[in-house]
Amino acid sequence: MQLIECPWCGPREETEFHYGGQAHVAYPQDPAAMSDEEWAHYIFFRANPKGPFAERWSHSAGCRRWFNAVRDTATYRFHGVYRLDERKPTIS
Amino acid sequence: MRPQTPGAHLPEHPDFLWRNPEPKRSYDVVIVGGGGHGLATAHYLAKNHGITKVAVLEKGWLAGGNMARNTTLIRSNYLWDESARIYEHSLKLWESLEDDLGYPILFSQRGVLNLAHSLQDVRDSVRRVEANKLNGIDAQWVEPDEVKKLCSIVNTSSDIRYPVLGATYQPRAGIAKHDYVAWGFARRADQAGIDIIQGCEVTGFVTDGDRVTGVRTSRGDIAAGQVALCAAGHTAVLTEMLGIRVPVQSHPLQALVSELLEPVHPTIVMSNAIHVYVSQAHKGELVMGAGIDSYNGYGQRGAFHIIERQMAAAVELFPVFARAHLLRTWGGIVDVTPDASPIVGRTPYRNVYLNCGWGTGGFKATPGVGWCLADTIARDELHPYTAPFSLDRFITGALVDEHGAAAVAH
Ligand SMILES: Cc1cc2nc3c(=O)[nH]c(=O)nc-3n(C[C@H](O)[C@H](O)[C@H](O)COP(=O)(O)OP(=O)(O)OC[C@H]3O[C@@H](n4cnc5c(N)ncnc54)[C@H](O)[C@@H]3O)c2cc1C
Ligand SMILES: [Zn+2]
Repeated sequence: MQLIECPWCGPREETEFHYGGQAHVAYPQDPAAMSDEEWAHYIFFRANPKGPFAERWSHSAGCRRWFNAVRDTATYRFHGVYRLDERKPTIS
Repeated sequence: MRPQTPGAHLPEHPDFLWRNPEPKRSYDVVIVGGGGHGLATAHYLAKNHGITKVAVLEKGWLAGGNMARNTTLIRSNYLWDESARIYEHSLKLWESLEDDLGYPILFSQRGVLNLAHSLQDVRDSVRRVEANKLNGIDAQWVEPDEVKKLCSIVNTSSDIRYPVLGATYQPRAGIAKHDYVAWGFARRADQAGIDIIQGCEVTGFVTDGDRVTGVRTSRGDIAAGQVALCAAGHTAVLTEMLGIRVPVQSHPLQALVSELLEPVHPTIVMSNAIHVYVSQAHKGELVMGAGIDSYNGYGQRGAFHIIERQMAAAVELFPVFARAHLLRTWGGIVDVTPDASPIVGRTPYRNVYLNCGWGTGGFKATPGVGWCLADTIARDELHPYTAPFSLDRFITGALVDEHGAAAVAH
């Protein structure tokens, strides 16, 4: 269990949050023009890096807002959280 | 004399299990990953096909990944025909594996109860029992009083939050000693001349057009005629190096054991709705598992609140556990697919085969998938039992959707 920093509420227990998987997966620009393979990649295929990962979290038992985080999947450490309208921070 | 717990006397190991050879410069087949699946594939390559110029490369110690961390449940009561076929093929192999390996694996067919807690659970369960029967798999629907007879410590009173309305029962399901299974396969493969190389991490691939000609490892380059990826939770790390996308997500999955207890729990009990499952190990520990931690992770550990929830569920279902002490917890890294079914078969590289996505339930498949993958490698043709699990099903839409269908995914 660890503290996760909600951009609005500050640090809260991990149990208050809900995980939303990879961040920055944009809805296709021109869905009607997509091949089956492109659809499959949009729906089923997600990055799965060992290391820093930009992902979505929702503070579901708090302010109920979604935000993004860069978290290291090998150490589970959060490197930074940011709002949906903010740019992904660069992690050195 | 003090009373003895049955099974407390585990067999002695022979002094010698397998060699620790230096890697050769070239092999006909290189298997990446020395877990159960990689070792079983090696064994059946030698036994069924006479192919022995084979190396199993393991970055850590033999079977130190999920093979050493799983809760060892073996069953074949899956809903869909495709799944039923491969898991039942595997269960049949388990039934004669001890003889085949010449090594004790303590396979104990004590049956599994998958509990139903709501009317919908009951209907889904009965449907699965009928599907199992049509596939020649032993399955029954049992009422709460029969659940009580099969496992007297289950709380079957009607006034609990998730009352037990009955269960599916597969009598041939069971558990085995996972370490022994790995050692048995390793020993047999070694005896056949296959090199099992520990402390050898695959760090890249040497490619030539649509073929892989070798693997780069922490112990030098090794040429390979064919390559099989059996890296479970780390598959995405390998396929990334090959530029292949695979729809797997790696998650921590935790389990725990209690202190040693007298025999109290004669079968396996699983519950989908409150998500806990329990068996009693040969020595007497209660072995329990839950669902995956929600986030992606490679850390071989998970969060404590998952354990807390799982224990709350266990104590509701088995009130006698309230006084048992937790001895240790651990985590493995499992590779989960969108349809909760494995991915086995070809990759865009002609001579590279993929075996992954077994998620939380691949231990039971160990002999079955090893058998089929060895056959695929030997004949360069997909085995009919694993053919439905190819990577392209995510594009064609021919998913084998076992989410929910197969009763707790382990
Ligand atoms: C807590 C827990 C409980 C489970 N319970 C059950 C259960 O009750 N029943 C069931 O059927 N299944 C269960 N499973 C799932 C089961 O353990 C896995 O599906 C199965 O073990 C996967 O196949 P494997 O044995 O080959 O994987 P692993 O044993 O993980 O083997 C993969 C190996 O590849 C190695 N590797 C990775 N990358 C590299 C590299 N680059 N170079 C060299 N080697 C590499 C790893 O070190 C590892 O040893 C459970 C899993 C966990 C974690
Ligand atoms: Zn908040």
